[in-house]
Order: sequence, then C-alpha cells, then structure tokens
Amino acid sequence: MSGEGQAGAVLGGLAESEQLEQRTQPGRDRPRRGLGRWLLPTYVTIAFAFLMIPIVYTFVFSFNDSVKSNIAWRGFTFDKWLNVCNVEGGAVCQAFGNSILIGVVATVLATTLGTMIAIALVRYRFRARSAISLLLFLPMATPEVVLGAGLAAQFLAVGVPKDMVTIILAHTMFCISFVVVTVKARVASLDPALEEAGRDLYGSPAQVFWRVTFPLLMPGILAAALLSFALSFDDFIITNFNSGSVSTFPKYIYISAARGIPAEANVIASAVFLFAMILVITVQVSRAAREKRLAKLS
Amino acid sequence: MAFAAFATAEAQPQAPRKRSAIALVLLAPGIAYLVLFFLTPLVSLLLTSLQVQSEFGDIGEFDYGFNWQNYVDVVTAYWPHILRSFGYALVATILALVISYPIAYFIGVKARSKPLLQGILLVLVIAPFFISFLLRTLAWKQVLSDESFIITSLKALSLMAPDAHFTGTPFAVIFGLTYNFIPFMTLPLYTTLERLDLRYLEAGGDLYASPATVFRKITVPLSMPGIVAGTLLTFIPAAGDYVNASRDFLGGPGTQMMGNVIEANFLVLLNYPAAAALSIILMAAILVLVGIYVKRSGTEDLL
Repeated sequence: MSGEGQAGAVLGGLAESEQLEQRTQPGRDRPRRGLGRWLLPTYVTIAFAFLMIPIVYTFVFSFNDSVKSNIAWRGFTFDKWLNVCNVEGGAVCQAFGNSILIGVVATVLATTLGTMIAIALVRYRFRARSAISLLLFLPMATPEVVLGAGLAAQFLAVGVPKDMVTIILAHTMFCISFVVVTVKARVASLDPALEEAGRDLYGSPAQVFWRVTFPLLMPGILAAALLSFALSFDDFIITNFNSGSVSTFPKYIYISAARGIPAEANVIASAVFLFAMILVITVQVSRAAREKRLAKLS
Repeated sequence: MAFAAFATAEAQPQAPRKRSAIALVLLAPGIAYLVLFFLTPLVSLLLTSLQVQSEFGDIGEFDYGFNWQNYVDVVTAYWPHILRSFGYALVATILALVISYPIAYFIGVKARSKPLLQGILLVLVIAPFFISFLLRTLAWKQVLSDESFIITSLKALSLMAPDAHFTGTPFAVIFGLTYNFIPFMTLPLYTTLERLDLRYLEAGGDLYASPATVFRKITVPLSMPGIVAGTLLTFIPAAGDYVNASRDFLGGPGTQMMGNVIEANFLVLLNYPAAAALSIILMAAILVLVGIYVKRSGTEDLL
C-alpha cells in the first residue's frame, strides 16, 4: 500500500464511476452570507498549496546548478535535464531502468493472475470462498515491513540469493490483491445479457470471452495494470528487504539520502511526474469527450 | 480505496453463480502464488522468530527451536519503539482525518455540480503519488531545515526558540507521516461523500437542526465507511513506516519506530529472530486493532 498506488486506484475509480448510472440530484444549496461562504474554499486552497509544496520543490531543484549535493540554490541550468545519465557513471539511470523493468514484469504477472481470480470470484461458486477472500484481503492489511521481512526470511531459509527475480516475485505478490479489487468491480458491473447474446449467436466459449467479455473488462484491467505499475515503481520498503545488491530508483534515493541526492534524481522524478499527469489528464479529457458524444446520441 | 471497494463492490444485481471446474483453473495459479509468497513467508517469519543462535555458528547463523525468550528480549529492548510506532501512527491518522475531511467534503459535495473542478481537484489530490514518496519526504526535510525560510521566520517571530530544531523531532516524523498519508485518507472519504444524498441534510435542516447537529448526526454517520477505510489505509502503513522516522529523512536518534529496528536487525545486525519477532508483534497488534475497530464501527462487510 505504498504511495503511488492510490493514483491507479483513482484511475480504477474513474473506470468504475462510469457505471454509476445516475447521481443523486444536488440539493438546493442554501445561500450563506459572509465568512461561512468563503471558509471552506479558502481552507481547500491552502490545503492544496500545502500538498503541492514538495512537488514544486522537487521540480524547481531539478534545474539547480548544483555540484554534488542538491541542497542550496546555486543558479538555474538545463544541464541536469540534458545529461541525466552523466552522474556517478549513470547510477541513477541504471536504478531507474531496473525499476521500469521490475514494474513491467510484475505488472504483467499480477494483472494476469489477479484478473483470473476476479472473474472466478464474481462468476463462479466454489468452496472455501471466505478463506480465499481473507487470503486476498490480508496482504493489503499487512504492513510492508512485515511483508518484506517475511519474504526475506523465507528466501533466507530456502537459500535463494536475492536479486532482480526476488524483487519481481515480491512485487507481484503485493500487487495481486489490488488488481483483484479493481477488476472485480468491473466484472460485477458487466451485463450478463451481452455474453448471452454472444452465445445465442453461436459463439464458442472462447470466442465469447475474447470478443465480448475481455473487451468489456479492458478499462478495469488497464486501471489495475496502471495501479500495479505505480505500486511497484514507488515501492521501497519491501524492495529494501529483498533486493540484495540490485538498485531501484527508490532504493537509490534512500541510500544517497545520507550524502545528498544529485539533481539528476529530481530530473527523473519530475519527468515521471509530468508523464503521469499528462496520462491522467488525457484519460479524464477523453472520458469527458466520450460522455458528451454518448449524451448527444441518446 | 481498496477497503472502500471491498465494502461497496457487491451492490450490482448478478447472474446466478455457477459451479464449474473453470473456477478452479482461474483461481489455482493466483491462490497458489499467494500461498507460496504471502502465507508461507508469514510461517517462515514465525519459525524464524523462535530460532536460537547456533552454538558454533557465525553472526547471523541460527538453528530452529522454540525460543520464546526472543519475544521477551525484543519487548524489553524495544518497548519504546513499539509504543512510538503506534503513538505516532495514531496521532498522524487523527490529524490526517481532520485535515482531509473538509477537502473530501468540498470535492465530493460542494464541487458536485461542477464536474470539471471536481476532476481537477481529484487529480491534484493524487498528484503527490506521481512523485517518489522518498523525494517528497526529503523535500520537506529541506523546506523545514534549520536554515530554511519557514524555520528562520518562525524564530524571528519568536514562535520557536532560537536554538530549537524541527527536523529530527517527533513532531517532524508525525508531520511527515500525516503529509504522506493525506491522499490515502482523502480518497475513500471522497468516495463515500460523493454518494451522500443531500436530501437527508436538507431534511435535517427543515427539522430545525443546526448545521453542526446535521453534520454530527447525519453527515458523519453516513460517511462512516469512508472514515473506516481511510483511517485503516493511513494507520496500518504509518505504524510500519520507517522512512519518515529515519535519521536521513525527518527523524533523529530519538524517533526510531518499529520499522527502523526491524530493518536494522534484519539487514544490518543480521539478528533475524529479533527482526522476525518484532514483525510478528506488529502484525498481531495490527490485526487485533483492525478487528476491534471494524467490529465497533459496524462495517463488518469489509471482507
């Protein structure tokens, strides 16, 4: 349940909210005078400014003409953006590359396994249902230190050396439950009549799945994949216990924190931030546009 | 959000569930994976926590045994860290709830008639997730360092003693935990407040309840699922966190939490049984707290 994960959850939420057919009508807002009217908007503005401070700081200091540690402001430069990989023999970029690779593999594994479970949970009857629900819920309610230490203890007991593979195994594990939750909501909202129509038209079970069910589940699956990637990419605690000498982007920051983070790390973080924001805004805007189109049709 | 989804997922009408061999095929790989990499590790952790130092072994070599003494040892050695973990997490959770509720209320209720504003605000709430959690925490360390503008101005205004520090104190750790988990609190609160039927509030007002009474007797009870989900999503990771309390981030020597000593025992001192025993204590305490809390707040359909 580390930081970035919730971002994907909101994407998941976006996918879900399409299904809310009709919202309750907003009630008449009683007009209020004076202070009361401005109190809440003012508070919210201040709260958002507070939330944004570290983001703005990180972004601004990616342009700092720093020499080693990136603490005091020494002047504006584009150098760090243009030569990201030139510091410390490319250690930052190496760590970033590892994080991307681990994130992609863990996302593919967790999304596949999680989607299968989600379909089974909604569609089929089977024994030990409550035990399985508990098994899916527990990893989300377990602190990351416990998950990390547990896996590390097991790898130690079995004698598995810690490397990239152990990190991927660990990340897949904690992503599965989040995938199940996200995809399950989508499966539950699926109209069974659509699949029935497919069968009535003599579609084989495989055809019905790949041509009807799967495309309809796609928004949920995509949201789950984004969530998994975000969770994996920003995970530090579990990774720290199971990485051995392999570096990831968060681990690189943790280790360099003692001697000072180079501005290049701010560059990578800012670039990732901008990319993710553009992605989210595109999703939002295209959804709004689609809703408008649908509204016109009906 | 995850908890919220668990609480609200079963609403839609469903086609009758079938019993089929396909279910087994769909479930087996994922469940096997979780048994292998989630359940078995917990068992490993339990076994490790009972190990004894091997008689002729090096540092970090242990034999399996039933050494309950490990638990007594870690509690005697680390009780301040254990208390600190739960204390800091509790304060941070309450602060995050108080800070987040008005934000969630504004986005979910006041901004309901303006979808564009609502969308922008939601993106802003999740924006911190897109920048590394560690870098955000380090940014606060710089923004609130002794030489920073904020701290020097506070000192100039005599709001802070001239020789006082902010980073390295318990306040800084709680501040960091609160900041980092505000989005975790805001999102589930928003999800329930967004569905709040405003006609109930109007009815309360029509029956001559003051706005405060309406809030206390109608809004808060109706948003309980969000409050439960948000406080759990904040409290659990906050109690196990060790980044904020770390000396290189917002903490100092006197702010170490359970996570810090688990990390130190496991990765530095190679005292695996001590780290395992502490992890088991943390896990057990959280399960008990969550169980009681969920039962008392009446949201038992979390599973």
